[in-house]
Amino acid sequence: MSTLTNLLRRKNRPEIGPLDYHRRLWLRVTVALTLIFLYMPILTLMAFSFNDSKRNIVWRGFTFKYYEKAINNSELIEAFLNSLTIAFVSTIASVILGALTAYVLWRFRFPFRAVYEGAMALPVVIPEICMGVALMVFFLRTGFNTGGWVWPFNLSAITIAHIAFSFPFAAIVIRARLESFNTELSESAKDLGASEFQVFKDIIVPHMKPGLIAGALLAFTLSLDDFVITFFTSGPGTLTFPVKIYSMVRFSVTPEVNAASTVLIVITVIITALALRLQNRNNMLQAG
Amino acid sequence: MQSPAPSDAPIIEIKDVTKIYGSDVRAVDNVSLTVDRGEFFALLGPSGCGKTTLLRMLAGFETPTEGTVIIDGDNMANVQANKRPVNMVFQSYAVFPHMTVAQNVGYGLKIDGVARKEISSRVEEALELVKLGGLGARMPDELSGGQRQRVALARALIKRPSVLLLDEPLSALDAKLREAMQLELVRLQKTVGITFVIVTHDQAEALSMADRIAVMEAGVVRQVASPAELYEHPTSRFVGDFIGQINLFNGNASPAGEGKVNVSATPLSDQVLNGTATGSVCLAVRPEKVSVSRDKPANNNLLSIQGTVADIAYYGGYSNLYVEVGATAPVLAEITNAERDIGPGYTHGDAVWVSWRTEDTLLFAE
Repeated sequence: MSTLTNLLRRKNRPEIGPLDYHRRLWLRVTVALTLIFLYMPILTLMAFSFNDSKRNIVWRGFTFKYYEKAINNSELIEAFLNSLTIAFVSTIASVILGALTAYVLWRFRFPFRAVYEGAMALPVVIPEICMGVALMVFFLRTGFNTGGWVWPFNLSAITIAHIAFSFPFAAIVIRARLESFNTELSESAKDLGASEFQVFKDIIVPHMKPGLIAGALLAFTLSLDDFVITFFTSGPGTLTFPVKIYSMVRFSVTPEVNAASTVLIVITVIITALALRLQNRNNMLQAG
Repeated sequence: MQSPAPSDAPIIEIKDVTKIYGSDVRAVDNVSLTVDRGEFFALLGPSGCGKTTLLRMLAGFETPTEGTVIIDGDNMANVQANKRPVNMVFQSYAVFPHMTVAQNVGYGLKIDGVARKEISSRVEEALELVKLGGLGARMPDELSGGQRQRVALARALIKRPSVLLLDEPLSALDAKLREAMQLELVRLQKTVGITFVIVTHDQAEALSMADRIAVMEAGVVRQVASPAELYEHPTSRFVGDFIGQINLFNGNASPAGEGKVNVSATPLSDQVLNGTATGSVCLAVRPEKVSVSRDKPANNNLLSIQGTVADIAYYGGYSNLYVEVGATAPVLAEITNAERDIGPGYTHGDAVWVSWRTEDTLLFAE
């Protein structure tokens, strides 16, 4: 016990000051536990994707076999392509809708503006399960059955559902970006002869740009790994990547599932990191 | 039908313009003004007096509730900001952060569809004019505040507007740079020959730069005159007090015949002065007109009061003496320290006389 304490708090160090929280034992332990609970399952999942064992309970050796297997699984690849297609289309639509929504809410005054703004943000807080069920019922009742259509139109219902829940995120990010706009810039452009549209194109869109990119990355990751809403709105034969993994897990958790999940994690992490970096650069520009 | 405006007609005519915000906030209240061609005109007043609103009505960013604005002979009632023959330098400079200096300056010409070759030569010329030659490729965040302002100036001047509007252009600069820019703006205005209308709350800035100044208070124009006229002959207590420093004595006046009045203003009594104001009045004198002496001045043409020196503030070239005379405030006398090492020559508590010539006395009706 005493060795452990000595290890964590070396004796010859100066006294811990009142604000030196990072040097307190209890805080270090809390941080360590938090990180372990957050990341150990994910790291384990990733490590076991290289496990040379079919049942995947005990480590039996390193292999790329299951990555190969996953690549040769045509259903899995089809689901992956479906997911990418949906994510791509819904991202573009979400950013355009989000930017226009944000611009209207920022630029104009009209009755019930605050109500519109709240209504727009609602999908962010509504439980996904409720939205999933609501959209499913909606598509059933309206007879919007896209399951039998030719690819990629058989993905229409899912894509519409994805746009519905991800464009508010884009709108919120872009709306926040517009708050920092100096209206003298648009007045100045107008003073120099620019029309309303030229002001939008030449001055406001360039200012929005970091928000547009951040919103796009957000919408892309949200769409790519969505399970709940997709599960309710996908018809037979329109599998997406997360839904396919779920159906694979129902049989058995093979390293193939781990391999596919690892790929999804890596893609999501890369895109999120990019989004965060853009957001940071954005903040730095504002501060400087 | 409409003949072009003759060149001696005023470039700006503001007729009975009122701007009401909401239901009853009169930001600009029945203002009429004319600005002459080639003039350096200043709108001066404390913050919230309506000067910026008036400027924005000239630019087209605000619409008058009542009245008409005529620029270069044309009624601006239905002319949008982007179609007016005026350009503006904004308080924040509003330099487009995502464009280079050259792109910023050339933006107005690009909008007008001017050929690219002509744009680049005119941009270079405009940058030369504001002493930014060779900096066209820089981005705005690589420039100092003063340089950014020059970009804003070049960008507004490149379209050769009939009038250049400047909204508090020097308020963001430090004192030294501000003084240099004041001189430079005047030089620039004489070079390009364009009418400048500047909004400022800084009376020293307006006095040193403008040909004429309109002093505004609470949406109303109090006086329009040249700087010297405003300083030496203010027509109201507000203008006298707002421009420079002034000593004020409250009192009463009664007619004394032949354009003269008999004024009693504590501690002065029964002074016969030129003027017509009667009833409650305010007697005033500028501090540099006040002399200080140990003995009572013999000259009868002087107004003099006995008092004691309450405070002395030394400013190098001159000293301010505050003399307690039993009025509401001590009398301020500005004494030039003309001789080395002597200074004002008085100390705290000295019994002195303050005096000034009757013709230097101002009288305001209250």
